[in-house]
Amino acid sequence: MTEQWVNLAATILLIIAFAMLSQRRVLSLVRLFAWQGLVLSVSTAMVAYSTGQSHLWISAALTLGLKVIVLPIVLHSLIVRLNVRWDVEPLINVPTTMLAGIGLVIFAFALATPISQLAGTVTRSTLGIALASVLLSFLMMIVRRKAVPQVIGFLAMENGLFFAATSATYGMPLVVELGIALDVLVGTFVFGIFFFHIRETFDSLDIRHMEKLKED
Amino acid sequence: MNLASFPSAEAAVGIGLAWLALGAFSLLESERARFVARGVFPLSALVSFALAALALRTLGDPADTLTLPLGLPDLPFHVRLDGLSAFFLCLLGVCSFGITLYASDYFRSESVQKLRLLSLQYHWFLASMTFVLLADDAYMFMVAWEAMALSSYFLVVTEHRQGTIRRAAFIYLLIAHIGALSILLCFGVLHEAGVEAYSFDALRQAQLTPFWASVAFLLALVGFGAKAGMMPLHVWLPDAHPAAPSPVSALMSGVMLKTAIYGLVRVVFDLIGSPMWQWGLLVAGMGATTALFGILYALQQNDLKRLLAYSSVENIGIILVGLGLAMIFFGSGHPEAGALGLIGAFYHCLNHGAYKSLLFLGAGTVLRSTGMRNLNEMGGLIHRMPQVAGYFLVGSLAISALPPLNGFVSEWLMLQTALQAGQLDNGVLRSLVPLLAAMLALAAALTARCFVKAFGIAFLGQPRGVVSEHAHGHGEEDASLFERLGMAWLAVWCLVLGVFPSTVVGLLNQVSLSVAGAGLPPSALEAGVLWLVPSTQARASYGPIVFLLVIAVVVLITYVTVRVCFHGRLRRAPPWDCGFPEQTARMQDSSEGFGQSIRVIFAPIFRIAQRVPNPEDAQPKFELRVEDKHWHGFYLPIARAVEYLSARIGKLQQGRISTYLLYSFVTLIALLVFVR
Repeated sequence: MTEQWVNLAATILLIIAFAMLSQRRVLSLVRLFAWQGLVLSVSTAMVAYSTGQSHLWISAALTLGLKVIVLPIVLHSLIVRLNVRWDVEPLINVPTTMLAGIGLVIFAFALATPISQLAGTVTRSTLGIALASVLLSFLMMIVRRKAVPQVIGFLAMENGLFFAATSATYGMPLVVELGIALDVLVGTFVFGIFFFHIRETFDSLDIRHMEKLKED
Repeated sequence: MNLASFPSAEAAVGIGLAWLALGAFSLLESERARFVARGVFPLSALVSFALAALALRTLGDPADTLTLPLGLPDLPFHVRLDGLSAFFLCLLGVCSFGITLYASDYFRSESVQKLRLLSLQYHWFLASMTFVLLADDAYMFMVAWEAMALSSYFLVVTEHRQGTIRRAAFIYLLIAHIGALSILLCFGVLHEAGVEAYSFDALRQAQLTPFWASVAFLLALVGFGAKAGMMPLHVWLPDAHPAAPSPVSALMSGVMLKTAIYGLVRVVFDLIGSPMWQWGLLVAGMGATTALFGILYALQQNDLKRLLAYSSVENIGIILVGLGLAMIFFGSGHPEAGALGLIGAFYHCLNHGAYKSLLFLGAGTVLRSTGMRNLNEMGGLIHRMPQVAGYFLVGSLAISALPPLNGFVSEWLMLQTALQAGQLDNGVLRSLVPLLAAMLALAAALTARCFVKAFGIAFLGQPRGVVSEHAHGHGEEDASLFERLGMAWLAVWCLVLGVFPSTVVGLLNQVSLSVAGAGLPPSALEAGVLWLVPSTQARASYGPIVFLLVIAVVVLITYVTVRVCFHGRLRRAPPWDCGFPEQTARMQDSSEGFGQSIRVIFAPIFRIAQRVPNPEDAQPKFELRVEDKHWHGFYLPIARAVEYLSARIGKLQQGRISTYLLYSFVTLIALLVFVR
């Protein structure tokens, strides 16, 4: 029964990952990121409920607090204050990216099949989806040329990793998860500070300007 | 006291710690520079003396081991004092005693800040050398080895305001690190897979195939060769030695180069255990080339300390020939001849430590007192500093291998080793070994010429041109008391090592027994104190006492004859000017002039840039630059290749974040595919 629900959550995660890949508006990206966090949190809670792993409850609460509430708010206010609400043009056009994404999903499933046969968890069939969402987020970081979507891609990648850990081994040890959560939070703040500095220096958040820093 | 229970390893570690403490203490002492020079350095000399005495006492004892409560968790420092370590510690103690005494006077006029740092680096340098010699695991060895490289680097850049000195020190550091890397890899190869510990005991027991043993040997040769100054890795040496303050040059040349020899012997004879004759041929060939090239370059130098540095390269070459011969003989199953080669090499280490330190100290006093290091400015120094001239003469005679001084003994031992080549079964070896010996003999003869030049141009004749008005001026022209004591100590060793060779060889025989498990034949050891016999009395023997007696008698007879026959009328007059009264001091034979014939004969090995003025020139100017070909032929091409490759690799760096992300993405995918 739980397996069905977790599979459903995994499917939603994959769809959200594709949606993020194709989404051009920054604010919508943030919203999608929040949804992704929510689905992740719910699926973790379901696993916690069905297996009785008490530390997964804490993970679920952490995910809810951090990735559904705090980070989207921080990102949202950043975008408003930096005034970068307009559409972002990806480096490669969306259909091509989507095709590459499908290729990645197939690759991820091919990769995950032998591993998920080894894992003895109820959630093992979702490992492929988790890996696919990691790779898709990575792809998103590559094809965006503005700084904010790249950061969202980074955070989404972390979501995928978290999901992979939950599905393969019922989550990492609590200490590690707490550490990662803190890292993500601090990382976001550091990114925020960098955004301001980058904009002050180049009057734009377009990372193409960073190419000038290259030493000839 | 019971000999066996004497805690010699503890005592040796204690001495190293004492040096560390002295260094740290001089850093605390902020007020009185005089105290650091007059108090810390003599104390440290006493420590050196204790080390020499301790090492001499434990030379023949079985190895004493100790595990220190230091180092990383589960990776403690192991210490071991065996015959080989004891011998090199003895060398360290003997040389550093003289040098430190000298240094206590030499550094006295430095500012407090500088003196504190110098004292810290100097004593930590001594301590790290002690620990290199004591280390019994690869970890401690590398830590001490790097500490030695770093402390000596900082000593070399003492005068860091001069760009040339910074450059010299940087090259030294660079080559030292390449060498250290090679040594590290060598330990890695020696280390048997699956064994946890990196202690030398574990390395000793590792069973290597001939191929991997050869790889380990080659890595060790490159690593220790870089430190010792083996061609073509010697380029740091002629730059770093003149850059360092003279006592430091003496310590580096006299002792530090020998730690590299120690390392090579330790790895080849102890850790690998069974040298192959092919390695010996390589080492001996490299050694002979190093010796010959070193002395030829030395002959072309105008800077006295640079000349001495190149001469150190030559001496390292001679030592390597001895080691190589030993490896050839051990490898082809003639341990007695091999032991002779090993003893010759050790003996030469000791000798070179004594006379090269002495010569560097002499050059140091000249530099301190007159500010001159270019031979072409010197001349007639024997009148102004007779003491220094005397000690420098002793050093020159010793290094020129004139009996009854020490240089002769070791070179003779090595030639005797080469003459054992008849025992070898391999015809090619039988004919190659005498060839090496011939190169050695040529190098020895050129050394004599080189030091005739050094002593003659610097101390004899008349002052050339501007007589060093820019003397540093401490009111004192000649060497001061402690400087004299330091040099006298080393000069006495030059004589003692030359006059009592059979005693020394007896001691070295124990070292050879402990490291290679083979010694000289009994017939060689029974000859008594007066005669040095390498194999059998019938073949060859050398009695330095006889030489000494003959020299003494001849001098006495001459003296008496002159006293009896001398008419008593003494007249000081200018020398005969050959009918050409317009002579000036600048017309004396110059440093370039002395090396000219060698430069012409061996022209292909030098890189010569010469500008000879033509006869109509109103202001004639002669320019001559003789450079080491290795720099242009070996190092610069490597540097260019590295630059070319880095420019190629630099193309990867686009400056675009997406590209960098793509790199990691592709790597991730590739790894995932690969691991699957």
